[in-house]
Amino acid sequence: MPATHSSRQELRSEQDVVRARQGVRKLAQEQGFSLVEQTKLVTAASELARNTLIHGGGGHMEMEVLTAADGHCGIQLSFVDQGPGIADMRLAMTDGWSSGTGLGLGLTGSKRLASEFNIQSAPGQGTCVTIVRWK
Amino acid sequence: MERIPILRIGEFLLVTIQVDMHDQMALALQEDLTERIDKTGAKGVLLDISALDMVDSFIGRMISNISSVSRILSASTVVVGMQPAVAITLVELGLNLPGVLTALDAERGMALLRKNIGAGVDDAGDAQ
Repeated sequence: MPATHSSRQELRSEQDVVRARQGVRKLAQEQGFSLVEQTKLVTAASELARNTLIHGGGGHMEMEVLTAADGHCGIQLSFVDQGPGIADMRLAMTDGWSSGTGLGLGLTGSKRLASEFNIQSAPGQGTCVTIVRWK
Repeated sequence: MERIPILRIGEFLLVTIQVDMHDQMALALQEDLTERIDKTGAKGVLLDISALDMVDSFIGRMISNISSVSRILSASTVVVGMQPAVAITLVELGLNLPGVLTALDAERGMALLRKNIGAGVDDAGDAQ
């Protein structure tokens, strides 16, 4: 799966979260994703970018276009922070559970909106969430 | 900070969200609208989100809060114009917006608000 396109968006402010959404929308449009697919990917990106900002204390998003062996196109988004990390992953991946004031749908909701979902985190080690949505 | 305008039309307030809101803007709208309902005694709020190409859990919560707070202040809120792709995504995200009144477009939303106000008067009559 060679990456054919890669770009990075800082996530240091709420405006950056908006910029991340817009960047993902533009890329998904360029790659010919349907409106529903675009909307799902952009919404997942918004949830994860907000997590990076609020829970991770800021970080960045990386966008990559993937091409599968069968020629299928996908978009991979990674959200990386150097924040406190997640101590209890099972709890964090529970619908409706939130360590902050949110609805607790950020991680679980974005997992449902993506084709693939991976999370790497440990206390003090930061968090990296990667999602892929195939066209 | 840029704020979302709130227009008054008779006993209704009209809000059309036409920008990609960051979180503080959504919170400010919630506060501004609550204040305006209180000040004007508005009986209904029409919240037009037809220009929103995405509703995430934060904006979803704002919509839900506006609806609940207005109800407590004896005003109805009707959310109109949600794009189908946004509706599909919201449900998959896990947000069903319970208790939030919706209509397909502004005209139907206005009709629903008028009907609700009428029903509200009847309810009060029944209670006495």
